[in-house]
Amino acid sequence: MTDSMAVAKGATMERKKKESQFSLVMKRLAKNRLAMAGLCITLLLFLLALLSPVIMPYAYDELNMIDRFAKPSLRHLCGADEMGRDIFSRLLYGARWSLALGFLATIISTAIGMVIGSVVGYFGGTVDTVVMRFIDILQAIPGILLAIAISACLGSGFANTIIALSIGGIPMTVRLLRGSIMGVRKMEYLEAAQTINCSVPRLIVRHILPNSISPIIVSVTMGIGNTILMAASLSYIGLGVQPPTPEWGAMLSAGRTYMRDYPHMVLFPGIAIALVVLSLNMLGDGLRDAMDPKLKK
Amino acid sequence: MSEVLMEVKHLKKYFNTPKGMLHAVDDVTFSIGKGKTMGVVGESGCGKSTLGRTLIHLYESTDGQILFDGEDITHVTKHKMHELRERMQIIFQDPFSSLNPRMTVEETIREPLELCRRFKKNQIQEEAEKIMEMVGIDDRLRYAYPHELDGGRRQRVGIGRALALNPAFVVCDEPVSALDVSIQAQVLNLLQDLQEKSGVTYMFVTHDLSVVKHISDNICVMYLGQLVETTTSKELFANPLHPYTRALLSAIPSVDIHRKKERVILQGEIVSPVEPKPGCRFAARCPYATDRCREPQQLREIAKDHFVSCCRAEEVWE
Repeated sequence: MTDSMAVAKGATMERKKKESQFSLVMKRLAKNRLAMAGLCITLLLFLLALLSPVIMPYAYDELNMIDRFAKPSLRHLCGADEMGRDIFSRLLYGARWSLALGFLATIISTAIGMVIGSVVGYFGGTVDTVVMRFIDILQAIPGILLAIAISACLGSGFANTIIALSIGGIPMTVRLLRGSIMGVRKMEYLEAAQTINCSVPRLIVRHILPNSISPIIVSVTMGIGNTILMAASLSYIGLGVQPPTPEWGAMLSAGRTYMRDYPHMVLFPGIAIALVVLSLNMLGDGLRDAMDPKLKK
Repeated sequence: MSEVLMEVKHLKKYFNTPKGMLHAVDDVTFSIGKGKTMGVVGESGCGKSTLGRTLIHLYESTDGQILFDGEDITHVTKHKMHELRERMQIIFQDPFSSLNPRMTVEETIREPLELCRRFKKNQIQEEAEKIMEMVGIDDRLRYAYPHELDGGRRQRVGIGRALALNPAFVVCDEPVSALDVSIQAQVLNLLQDLQEKSGVTYMFVTHDLSVVKHISDNICVMYLGQLVETTTSKELFANPLHPYTRALLSAIPSVDIHRKKERVILQGEIVSPVEPKPGCRFAARCPYATDRCREPQQLREIAKDHFVSCCRAEEVWE
């Protein structure tokens, strides 16, 4: 009997090999079709942005006055704008700017927000009160106004736009993470970690963040779409990425004037932005579920 | 009494609340012998858990002295604290919140081993497997997450984590009260087996009197932060002296229908532990209370090894 037990024990051991957390998450994510669709679309957009010089039928700044306001046709897949530039080419090339802006600004603001949020959430007390009042001040100013103010100070340009947009995103991340950490803070496993001499950074990284990060992941994916829109508003008033750089938001704003007669000018940039936001949301939802071990099956 | 491992003198732990100072643990004095089990009983909110957590420095004590293995550890440096924590551990009440839901069983048990620097990298795995076997966690569960386990298994993981570094002193903070009775017995037996093997000292906090009778060598009875009676387990159940202990013990349900026990039913309100008046806190509900009870009470040795903090203990005895 002992023999058969030992055999059974060995068999189960082999069957369940140690898997890294990452590969487990990826495996679970792969089962979620919606999330995979989101991931595919996002990757496809990145690929198109990278390959744009090869695919683009026209140069993004090629003027062609005969084709002004051309409707979508085989000649211009998404039509042409008020200066006869091919919108399809501009969208492809503009994906570089829009995606880079959206991702970089969101990642920077989330990274900073997470550091502040975990410190504030962990220590609480006076630190919490003081820092959160600063966050309140920051949040009292509408996001777009803050971005305008900052980019007006720093001047326009790609890097400055990123800075302007990321500062506005910090308060939300801090609040989200702080609230989420405060929910975890009372758990006994943190006390347990303390009794086994867990250092504060390790405590935060290993025990607190994994249990409080899921709202952040969702907010990041949503935030990217939002940031792209904010960047668009900045370009519109001449503070963001400067023309003739074909940033999606800027194209959208430019087309607004001609929206009634030539709806294709806003339709296609709008679809592009919506596609990014939608695919990122699907991916974000899937990621959140995949990272929760309780929803394993 | 044999060699003393943990000695507490006039320990106080007050919490600052908006309403005033909450006297969670007020002037508690006792000692625990090496390899023994000290049961701490009392109703909810009487400061049992706070006492346990203060002893292992999860809370900073307000006043008093804690002696661990003859050494004053009331105030220690950070470095010393690290050393102490490897020798003092805690098992928590709620096995659902005491395990990190994102860490597998093995990761949870490995963590103290990784952090203590006592083991080389290649020894850790071996050691972790030894501990899992010791607390009776099946090998196939090593990559399981806490939510996949039942309460008893989770508690075994918690016990494994606490005993991983072979501590000398473990506070068991109601380790079985969240489990159902059949599992309770398993976990209690496991704790006792481990004590026999390693000679660990337990402070066993509980409100379950049958559990405490089963596992303890000595028992402290607490009421609203005060220690009201402490003696050996046998003596306490045979001869309770403090009126509160008597009322408490009379509440144990009996299966013997022929010998009807006299049930002491308490009247009156529990006084607030926030800014309490001096004197016995039980006086408001005590059937024996007199004016003398409103004065501060001393813990007195009435019989051998039997300490009671009641000025009328002798009269109650008769």
